[in-house]
Amino acid sequence: MTTTSTSVEKTSVVRSGRRFMSGDIACAEGALAAGCRFFAGYPITPATEIAEHMARRLPELGGVYIQMEDEIGSMAAVIGASYAGVKSMTATSGPGFSLMMENIGLAAMTETPCVIVNVMRGGPSTGQPTMPGQQDVMQARWGSHGDYEIIALAPSSVQEMFDLTVEAFNLAETYRVPVFVLADEIVGHMWERVNIPQADSIKIVSRKKPTAPPNNKFAPFKPDADLVPPMAVFGEGYHFHATGLTHNERGYPRTDSAEAQTQLVQRLCDKIRRNKERIIRVEKAMLEDAEVAVVAYGIAARAGLSAVRKARAKGIKAGLLRPVTLWPFPEEHVAHVSRRAKGIVVAEMNCGQMVREVERAAKETPVIFLSKLGEEPHKPDEILEAIEEVGK
Amino acid sequence: MTEELPHPYEKFLRKDRIPHIWCEGCGNGIILNCFARALEELNIDVDKVVVVSGIGCIGRVSGYTNTDSFHTTHGRPIAFATGVKLANPELKVVVISGDGDLFAIGGNHFIHAARRNLDIQVICANNFIYGMTGGQYGPTTPLETWTTTTPYGNIEQAFNLVHLAAACGSVYVVRWTTLHTRWLTESIKKALQKEGFSFIEVISQCPELFGRYNKMETGIKMMQWFKEASEVQHFSDPAKAEIKPNRIVVGEFVDIEKPGYGRLLKEMKAKAAEKK
Repeated sequence: MTTTSTSVEKTSVVRSGRRFMSGDIACAEGALAAGCRFFAGYPITPATEIAEHMARRLPELGGVYIQMEDEIGSMAAVIGASYAGVKSMTATSGPGFSLMMENIGLAAMTETPCVIVNVMRGGPSTGQPTMPGQQDVMQARWGSHGDYEIIALAPSSVQEMFDLTVEAFNLAETYRVPVFVLADEIVGHMWERVNIPQADSIKIVSRKKPTAPPNNKFAPFKPDADLVPPMAVFGEGYHFHATGLTHNERGYPRTDSAEAQTQLVQRLCDKIRRNKERIIRVEKAMLEDAEVAVVAYGIAARAGLSAVRKARAKGIKAGLLRPVTLWPFPEEHVAHVSRRAKGIVVAEMNCGQMVREVERAAKETPVIFLSKLGEEPHKPDEILEAIEEVGK
Repeated sequence: MTEELPHPYEKFLRKDRIPHIWCEGCGNGIILNCFARALEELNIDVDKVVVVSGIGCIGRVSGYTNTDSFHTTHGRPIAFATGVKLANPELKVVVISGDGDLFAIGGNHFIHAARRNLDIQVICANNFIYGMTGGQYGPTTPLETWTTTTPYGNIEQAFNLVHLAAACGSVYVVRWTTLHTRWLTESIKKALQKEGFSFIEVISQCPELFGRYNKMETGIKMMQWFKEASEVQHFSDPAKAEIKPNRIVVGEFVDIEKPGYGRLLKEMKAKAAEKK
């Protein structure tokens, strides 16, 4: 269901036009444009600027910024605010992301629309707070216990920090699921030109509401055909119950029924899996006839694109596949590319995470992995070297 | 044949969730009853009441109240409630949870919500142990008592919750036992009408676990202890209100006025909107 806010509200919210800003600020502006009016967080490098910008902007728009005592509480507060009917978010980095995992599971279980931005830095543990990393990709997918599906988007420019944050809210509201913006320190701190669209050209999605008036038979977790239940919020008179325990459609605990566990957990997975084609976005460059495909996301994809161009100049048929959506993973796109390619080059700022997904989808096609840790992202020439190796 | 009489507070309860999971002799039902009675007597619009609970026996209470309600992860009801209350200040947000949930795993959230003077009410059922997991010692287990994980007697000092709440800045701090139902109901009513952070400790019996391990194996025996040991002393020093085998000080400890977080937030928003 798509709703458009009134233009009066939006003109004061969206700072349309060509602007020069950092990725973190663009992310905050994207959130506000998407209708976010609640931010709970805890200061952490390199995501602090998102919090600072929200602390200034939210009160003037009638929203709430609160600095919680830790990231555990931040995530809990975000879920609470979402259940009170307000689009909500938090922003953090690795150590805070780890603390949030408990309540990210609660958000998945209670189907809470919310957005979690992780401006990834070097880990593990306290790691390198001011240095970039792409080391939380698997944690985003599997970090909380149990089975569930989430959505994760990987921006590779300041423009995308704006665009994909809007998209993250829309997806969260559509599928009632926590959505991650997996940025990295470079994209977060980098300043670039951003084109912020006119308010009325920004697509904004809000959660489905129950159509029946409050009654004592209301089933808050009864899904529609798209497997997503319409969402009542606190204070509307529905008197509904929600719990992190396995529950039935009424929201009541069912802790000893295999049927209830199967029905609920399978649906939490299926509502994303079955809508995969609608969710997944990739960017393709020069892939039509590519014999060597580079697969990279976020900051690494920029060096990847530049390497592909250099390879083309040398007569090598190279192309780039950039997953904009990291989860659900665009495995069909990788499989398609791998059918033509002699080999695939994967560049990530970690010791090998998404590459496992690529290998799984690429089947027989050889995959070369380029790891990178620390201050600097991959250099285009490093990726070019690998392209040349595969292209031989 | 006896006719089934309606429960006097039926409209506040989810009938389709009864029977509840609590053991015979448990104090949780008394607390729920006093809460329902307080809502009834205040004639509160229940559509605007949200009951939030954490994990543990009393944590199940949110599934029994016929209000909007949320059963959070362990220790997080206050943090969740913070989001609810700030996102929609019109809601009355009441946290009802246990001593382990609120003061061990959730201790950090308690002290900071009290410090902020967040406009919520926290009702703590203090049964001295972790009941749901079978009776392990926790942050309120008195010294030298027995639990499943203190087989040689408890050597840890216990939290004095009213002292903690007062030190953190709660505007209203009371302690009752499940024996003091009228006082407890009055205190819940008062808390529901107060601006800022209210804390109500209810000493509650767990005859099955704490009781059995400490020679009080029925609800009645535990309540006899409450009766013999409790002393009503309003506005006594919370620092001197540690729970002892022969002395449980109950009553109101703190009742002060201080601007609630909601009021300050509203003022700040108005200032920010003007500046824009």
